[in-house]
This record gives sequence, C-alpha cells and structure tokens, in this order.
Amino acid sequence: MAKITYVAHDGTERTVEAKNGMSVMEVAVNNSIPGIDADCGGACACATCHVYVDEAFLAKTGEQQEMEKSMLDFAENVQANSRLSCQIKVTDELDGLRVTTPESQH
Amino acid sequence: MQEGAGLSTQQTKDIVVVGAGQAAAQAAQSLRAGGYSGSLTIVGDESALPYQRPPLSKAYMKGEFDEERLYFKPAAWYKDQKIEVLLGTQATGIDRAARRVLLGHGGHLPYDALIIATGSRPRPMPTPGADLEGVHDLRTLADVERMRPQMVAGRRIVIIGAGYIGLEAAAVARQMDLEVTVIEMAPRVLARVTSPAISEFYTAEHRRQGVTILTSTLVSKLEGSAGKVSAAVLADGTRIPADMVLAGIGILPNEELARDAGIACSNGILVDRDARTSDPLVFAAGDCASRPLVHYGRTGRLESVHNAIEQGKLAAAAILGQPRPAEDCPWFWSDQYDLKLQIAGLSQDYDTLVVRGDPAARKFAVFYLRNGTLIAVDAVNSPPEFLASKKLIMSGAKLAPDVLSDTSTPMKDIAAQAAA
Repeated sequence: MAKITYVAHDGTERTVEAKNGMSVMEVAVNNSIPGIDADCGGACACATCHVYVDEAFLAKTGEQQEMEKSMLDFAENVQANSRLSCQIKVTDELDGLRVTTPESQH
Repeated sequence: MQEGAGLSTQQTKDIVVVGAGQAAAQAAQSLRAGGYSGSLTIVGDESALPYQRPPLSKAYMKGEFDEERLYFKPAAWYKDQKIEVLLGTQATGIDRAARRVLLGHGGHLPYDALIIATGSRPRPMPTPGADLEGVHDLRTLADVERMRPQMVAGRRIVIIGAGYIGLEAAAVARQMDLEVTVIEMAPRVLARVTSPAISEFYTAEHRRQGVTILTSTLVSKLEGSAGKVSAAVLADGTRIPADMVLAGIGILPNEELARDAGIACSNGILVDRDARTSDPLVFAAGDCASRPLVHYGRTGRLESVHNAIEQGKLAAAAILGQPRPAEDCPWFWSDQYDLKLQIAGLSQDYDTLVVRGDPAARKFAVFYLRNGTLIAVDAVNSPPEFLASKKLIMSGAKLAPDVLSDTSTPMKDIAAQAAA
C-alpha cells in the first residue's frame, strides 16, 4: 500500500490509498482524479496519462522503457520528470509519492 | 436543430443509456462531469460493471490480472455519482411516443434523452457444427471465462478469421503453448483493415512464432464427437484436429433496438456529428453507430476505443447543449507478442504506400497517402510515427514519399516541417 498525492495543474491536491501492483494511472482513474484521461486503459498506446513525478521519487518509479520514452517525446510540455502514469507500478516504496498532472493531455 | 443547441436542461430530468460498454461508461461520466444532475440509468445485459474489452484478447486472456481491473470505475463510483446501473437487464424496445425504454422483465424507464450504446456482436459463423461445445466467440468477459479453462499448453486451437481479434488471440494462445492454426478466407491476414505490406509482416511473425496460417481457405464444417468440437474440415476435405475453435470473423452492430423503433439505420444506427440519431431525443455511440468520418468525407462505423470515448463525449455534450468536443482522427492499436501496432487514420482508398524503416528490425511504419495527403499510418513499435501522423492526418498535411521514408530525419522534424 502507498499513499499517493495527485496535484492538479491549479495546485489542488488529493491524496488517495493505492494498492500495490496497480498503476499510478489506474489509481487516478478509480479515484476520478481529473487531468488523467488514459484513453487506452494502460496499454501504453495513447500518451494521455502524462504526469510530472516529484523529484524525490523519480528514481523509485523505475526506468522508462523505450516505448514510453518515444511516446512522451510527443506529449505537450514534457519535462525531465515526465512519465506516463500507466507505466508506474505502485509499490510500498512509493508511499508518499506526489505527481502533478499537466494542464492538458492533448 | 442548431449546432450546439442542446435539449432544454430544465426539462431533461431522466437520461437512459442502453448498453454498458465503453461508450456508455464515457457518456455517463461526461454527463455528470458536464453538470447533469438528473436521474441517470445505465442498462446492460451483461452481469459485470462496464469494463474494457481490448485486454480480453490480450493481457486479460493470458490471466495477467483480475476482472476488477477491467472495470472503468469501481462500484462505489456509480453510487457516489448517483448513476443507477441495471446489470443483467435487457432493453427490449423503445416507445418513442411515450419516451420510454421497455425492459425485458416487464418494467420500463422514462427518458427525456436516450443514448443507445448497445455495441456489436460477433458475426455468427454459418458453418455447420458452429454450435458444438468448444466453439467460441471472443467479445465478452463471459466468453473469456469459458475459453480460459480450455487454454492448456499442448492443446490445439483453430482460429477462424485472421482479423485483429483472431491474430491477437493466436499470439496469446502461442504464448500459452497451444498449437495454433489460423484459417482465413481472404488471400491474406488483416485483409479488411490494412495493406499487403503489414499483412505479410504479421503472417511471417506468426509463422516464426509457430502459428500455422492458412489463407484463401474456407472451413466447410466443424466436426465433433459427443457434442464437443474435434476438427475443422476445409473445403478441400483436409481435416484439422482441434480441441477448441475460436471464431473471429467480424462483428455486427446491435442496431435492432433503434431500427425496430423506426430510427434510421444503415449498417449501424445513423448519427450526425453530435451522435444524434434521426430522433432528436435519441443518440447513439460506439460500435453500433454509423457516423460522419469528418476527415474522410464519408460515413461509417468505427470499431474502436477512440470512437466509443469520442461519441460518448459527443452525445453528452449535445444533450447538455455544450460545445462539441474535438473530433480526433480515428486511432486503434493491437498487441501481438512484443509488437505494438498503432494505427492512425483509415487507410482504405490510399493511392500511395510508403514504408519507413525496416520490417526485419521489427520497428517500422507504413504510411498511406491519397493525392499526396497523408490519410493513415500503421506503426509497428514506432510511437513517433503514430503520434506525429495523428496530427498530420487531422491537418490534412501533404507529404512527399521520399521525405516520409527518410529515416535520417526524425519524425518530429518531418511533422514540424509539414506544419510550417
């Protein structure tokens, strides 16, 4: 289990409980966190679940695979801490994770 | 009705969504997100909450995760949003004069606006023996539950139809160590949806993985013993032993509810750009609807996640009188083995085909042009080609074949130059 805080573009925060093994995207969708569309449902096919990961947790969220990297290359407003949240698996280590959603997924 | 003119929000107190798939779930979600606070009921004939279908022929079929993870939203969400979900419930008719949906158990639901999102069903196989035990369709969770116990290493599965469903299932079955034979009536796999270049690549890949692929081949009957399927018999008499058979020969739109109520249908329930049917109070979304394909100057059905989401949003916005959401270029994906195929646009009617990259490297894209304009792409393990093309197709960009095939220029730069 991990507590994850989603910070909206306007600064609004929501903290929710996340089960291990779920993706950060799934947790967001199940909790109706705005700003994450996730049209493809987590298949790494659509690049609509872009988030910015809090620097302190960046290493713990794991390495980007090549697919994710090249998908992100086409997202808007990409930063060094950009990830596709469907590709981040929840673990105990991620307890306290903060991610910020971009203004738009398109 | 004027563009953007919704139904009077004051008078819209009851909205019914028939069907409980992706379009239905999206419409319900968009209605609530758009501020609709009246009664909202989803009527579904399956027993599960609205769920994602794409994983049924992919990761879920392999048993990689639980059923709950297929749900778009947990049960608590519907309760919280005051959305009533009537599962295991058939909608048997629409009384348009009285504005109500008739239910199988005898009750009815009144509506001020109705969204038909009844989806599609597998095209039934006319083949004798199709009713034998061990012959499957792949459309619902229940279908997968029936198939899974039979998908045991070493068993023989015959897959009839080499469309996306058939080939995805073939890949999963091979990964589970079944013996797999795919039988296709057309001269090549994926004939209805893509070019010979992509067909050849996937045929070679499946053969390399140990799948037997037979094209230009008709199954004349399925044989059984003790009521259970035991072989597929081909038109030339060849008998292919089978422990199970999967039919994936296309889908038919579930348009009967609309048609029987006098709503215009033609291979799908006809809708306008706002997902509105010939009855201004009735909308249709997803697989069951035939819609204007704005980037292609024609109408047609799209069997896809993108379409279900988009039309769900379009219907909700139209009902609420809100501006029409953006219409994206159609897009699709297919996972087979370690290959991710991402498709943007509709490639029918192309006059020029351009290959970028090397199929042997398992990372390449095929672009489709018509009169110099990019109309579609099939991108294998190539997200940049897919994502750039989505935008280029929507902008109607003209692109030279030698520019597209030049892998020394990154796709991002090609897109930027075309947009300039």
